[in-house]
Amino acid sequence: MPHNTVDFQELLVRGQSGDKRAIGRMISHIETYGLTENLIMRQLWAHTGHAVIVGITGAPGAGKSTLTDKMVKYWISKGYRVGVIAVDPSSPFTGGAILGDRVRMNDLALIKEVYIRSMSTRGQLGGLSLACSGAVSILDACGYDIVLIETVGVGQSEVAIMNVADLVLVITVPGLGDEIQAIKAGVLEIGDVFAVNKKDLPGADRTSRELQMMLDMNPNMGERQPPVLMVSAEKNDGVGDLCDSIMENYGCMKESDELLTRRNRRLREELLAYMQDRVYRRVLAPVIEADSFDDNINGFLSHSRNPYAWAEEIVSQIEEKIK
Amino acid sequence: MADKKIRILIAKPGLDGHDRGAKVIARTLRDAGYEVIYTGLRQSPEQIVAAAISEDVNAIGISVLSGAHGYLFPRIIELLKEQNASDILLFGGGIIPDDDIPGLKEAGVAEIFTPGAPLADITNFLRSRYAS
Ligand SMILES: Nc1nc2c(ncn2[C@@H]2O[C@H](COP(=O)(O)OP(=O)(O)O)[C@@H](O)[C@H]2O)c(=O)[nH]1
Ligand SMILES: [Mg+2]
Repeated sequence: MPHNTVDFQELLVRGQSGDKRAIGRMISHIETYGLTENLIMRQLWAHTGHAVIVGITGAPGAGKSTLTDKMVKYWISKGYRVGVIAVDPSSPFTGGAILGDRVRMNDLALIKEVYIRSMSTRGQLGGLSLACSGAVSILDACGYDIVLIETVGVGQSEVAIMNVADLVLVITVPGLGDEIQAIKAGVLEIGDVFAVNKKDLPGADRTSRELQMMLDMNPNMGERQPPVLMVSAEKNDGVGDLCDSIMENYGCMKESDELLTRRNRRLREELLAYMQDRVYRRVLAPVIEADSFDDNINGFLSHSRNPYAWAEEIVSQIEEKIK
Repeated sequence: MADKKIRILIAKPGLDGHDRGAKVIARTLRDAGYEVIYTGLRQSPEQIVAAAISEDVNAIGISVLSGAHGYLFPRIIELLKEQNASDILLFGGGIIPDDDIPGLKEAGVAEIFTPGAPLADITNFLRSRYAS
């Protein structure tokens, strides 16, 4: 395996001074090697916890990238630094991908306070949400006040990615039929703020009313009353109000401890995944790869010894040691 | 564990024309397993290089139809140099007279594909550069 000789600490210092090349390198590094190599998360931790992490999801073509572009411009005008992670699926056959979200964000390329990164799913969803959360941590550690994650809202994967966010903006558009087909089951529940984009098109009012009704009637919503706003990303109409509403929501979550609850749950999940990986590599893999295992396996295969009894024995020994 | 993907930025700079050619190249590269960052029409060299750096791509491919190749290619090379990013490869395609190609290569362009070239030339070129 071509090992990483990257000096992550040096990259981090450069990234924190605004060097986008260094940020790009760090994100590539975690995409390639995962989060656990080089103790990256350990190095990042002290610098994270400041960014507001916003997920944006909705059907393909709903205008997520166009809206992201406008939201970033609004927040920049308010003095924030903004990072964007745009996730697109990769081809299950070749592993290749066309990541085209930047097409709608070209004006942002030269703005110092903005960093944009396109990511592909690379075939593995679990891996993606880890890589995505690593990228968020890097941007957070490099001083971006707001991190936007754009992803297509079509399945489990997006819900998993949205777990990385503090709050989620769900986008729909008029003209998708009688019912709001764009809003799939499960997506209603993850939304903290809803936007009906393309309000310049006919039917936006109706879509907005229907959406409001679906939210009111949804038994899983509990006490929450997520706002529904109408915007036109293309005409840059209503974007400021939407951004303000997101920040207001964030403020409420912070006051009510909802933010803490979510971060608590996220950290537990991330730590569990992290520890699984570390224990696998440092404790379990060596047991299976040891020479002594070859002696065992012959016994197992001839059925003179029971491999599952052996495995239980090993786990008990490990458990005993960490008590 | 290591999952090193080759990332390539594709752009169609200049104010003229359409991006059909650039899109064909993007799809060809995707089908060959590359991660293509597609940035579309009307990019300035400055925007292209800034995007390439943020995206940490291995290579930039541009499609030029306008006759502005004599400016666009050297300008991108120059910007990459200025930003210590000369390890990012620049290749291109489009309507470029044969006579101009040696000069562009001398300026640092890795390869030029003219309209008659089969698409496989591009993937073969990249494969030879990034054989792992
Ligand atoms: N009429 C109208 N079109 C829009 C609006 N916002 C985006 N679009 C168009 O919708 C299409 C898809 O936009 P895009 O941002 O790429 O959508 P995404 O796939 O959700 O990221 C593009 O052609 C946009 O120009 C809007 O507010 N009104
Ligand atoms: Mg998009």
